[in-house]
Amino acid sequence: MAEYQNIFTQVQVQGKPEWGMATDNAEHERTRKAGFSTLIGWIGNAQLGPVWLGWTGMVSLATGILALNIIGLNMLAQVGWSIPEFIRQLFWLALEPPSPEYGLSFPPLQDGGWYIIASFFLLISVMTWWARTYLLAMEHRMGKHVFWAFGSAIWLFLVLGLFRPILMGSWSEAVPYGIFPHLDWTTAFSIRYGNLYYNPFHALSIVFLYGSVLLFAMHGATILAVTRYGGDRELEQIVDRGTATERAALFWRWTMGFNATMEGIHRWAWWFAVLTPITGGIGILLTGTVVDNWFIWAQEHHFAPMYDGSYGYEAYGSYETFIGQEN
Amino acid sequence: MLPNWFNKWNRENPTNIYGPAILVGAAGVAVTVAAFLVVVGQPFKTESLQSGPRGTGMSRPEFVSDLAKPDPSIEVMYSEAPYVPEGGEAKASEIYQNVQVLGDLTEDNFNRLMLAMTDWVAPEQGCAYCHGDVEIEEYGKDDLYTKVVARRMIQMTQSINEGWDGHVNANNQVGVTCYTCHRGQNVPSDIWFKMGAVNEAAGGWAAVQNRVTVQSQYTSLPSDALETFLLDYGRIGVHNLEAHVAEYPDQEGVTTWQDTERTFSLMNYVSNSLGVNCVFCHNSRAFYDLEQVTPQWSTEQLGIGMVQEINNEYLVPLEDVYPPERLGPVFADAPKAACKTCHKGYQQPLQGTNVIADWPELATTGEPVYE
Repeated sequence: MAEYQNIFTQVQVQGKPEWGMATDNAEHERTRKAGFSTLIGWIGNAQLGPVWLGWTGMVSLATGILALNIIGLNMLAQVGWSIPEFIRQLFWLALEPPSPEYGLSFPPLQDGGWYIIASFFLLISVMTWWARTYLLAMEHRMGKHVFWAFGSAIWLFLVLGLFRPILMGSWSEAVPYGIFPHLDWTTAFSIRYGNLYYNPFHALSIVFLYGSVLLFAMHGATILAVTRYGGDRELEQIVDRGTATERAALFWRWTMGFNATMEGIHRWAWWFAVLTPITGGIGILLTGTVVDNWFIWAQEHHFAPMYDGSYGYEAYGSYETFIGQEN
Repeated sequence: MLPNWFNKWNRENPTNIYGPAILVGAAGVAVTVAAFLVVVGQPFKTESLQSGPRGTGMSRPEFVSDLAKPDPSIEVMYSEAPYVPEGGEAKASEIYQNVQVLGDLTEDNFNRLMLAMTDWVAPEQGCAYCHGDVEIEEYGKDDLYTKVVARRMIQMTQSINEGWDGHVNANNQVGVTCYTCHRGQNVPSDIWFKMGAVNEAAGGWAAVQNRVTVQSQYTSLPSDALETFLLDYGRIGVHNLEAHVAEYPDQEGVTTWQDTERTFSLMNYVSNSLGVNCVFCHNSRAFYDLEQVTPQWSTEQLGIGMVQEINNEYLVPLEDVYPPERLGPVFADAPKAACKTCHKGYQQPLQGTNVIADWPELATTGEPVYE
């Protein structure tokens, strides 16, 4: 049988567009066109559209575009409206939060004021998009799992940009909007509060993050491996076990004595993913508010071991030997 | 093109040649690579300088090929042994006019040092760089700014060798001369100027960072770190030394993540200047903890104090002496020094070469000791 050689999907289906449920709202809210793209068919469903924006989507797009433009125009103003400089320094540029002395008051526009305005629009954009995930799930009579999962990411977003700055009494604690500058913030934040690696919630977040990656790889690999027995029809397999499920389960039981179920593996993945930002957000929220030096906190709780040995290279070799000028 | 019997045979004997071809190809490449490694050796071999206990990851890796190349400045460095005075020689101040700093030297040693200085600082222009294109009788005049600056720099060199022994000679007796910074150039490389606001249309914290500058070492960290710490005596430490402290970022004197970025900017500059990394001085798990720093941390502390003194006592006061082209592009301020001005990317300037042995005149502000 002929086989399509492509990135993820084995076969592309293109024909009459599939319109889905014709609810009352759908007639008004979704766009009226649907087409096909071979290109997107390589990585997913070849059908493009219809899109259901709704009022939440419209508000979200409008405020999101506004926030992005405020950030971009501020960056452009910083380089004197020079497009070449803007491109050259793009990864360095940022819209920074206010200087610390302004506290929670509204700062001058050029010293964080624009940052507050952009953040306000970004907040509306993210929250209306969040509402959209709820409303669209409701329209489909679905569970609200995507809504809650997105909510966990929004929790971390709000901790970084809203809850923690308020608890710290200064908007200056928020994260800059810039490629390198937000990484600088991350490093400086960790160093300032005595090394975030000794924050147990940071550790938990990493466990769930790496755990998510591992589970995703295990599950993806398992399903692909039993696709030849119909294992990719996961929903059918959940209600009506077939040989694909039996083989997949047996494989893991033989490998490690235990296997998740066809349904339960998705709860594993969902909880691991959701707990990553939840635990991370708790860790950030405690930093600078409850704990000011995580390394000393770790020493007080007896999990920062001291290492035996000398400090300084003189104990291990000489500089002259290192640079090959041994006399 | 191919003979019929060959095509016929192929048709009748269909064989999968791709599997074996890939296998043979992969095996062939593996054998070639293995043979290359056995014969030529690992081309990217590294060597590490361990600087802390096992398990802390404290080490500095370098390519062996890089380590094999000595600092090229060492080979071309000019030096000349002193003429030990036998007593009774005429002093430079008695022979020449207006010798304010090196007046106690014998004529031979004075001229020896003058000659060396031209080689270190102005090899192309020679004596005329400071004294002007005039007869030797007029060398006493202070007409040129270069001469006034040079005199002050001699005093600075003497003061560094005498007063900052703990930094300069922390490992071995090496000292500094004009050459440590100048390396045959009129103006040393890796000097710096004040930057001020690097971003237009921005104020406060937003104005001083996020641009590609030499001062930020091409990072997006603040560009005002050298100015804050090496000129203005800013506070470098940012940590609380207790697990819980009641304080808020908008209060005066409370260190913030912004201050931390500035300190990070300085530390990154220091690391690049010395060609080392964080763990050369710190155990990076607790940067502030003085129980987990190396002896190099103390040397660095002295170095920071030394640079602050060099800038504030010697370099900045010369601002009015310099012509405009020697001043900074933004504030027309005097050129200033920092770690890289001497170190030039090496852990020890000139890789620990003893530059002072031949120059007792530069080793002290007092009477030189000839041996």
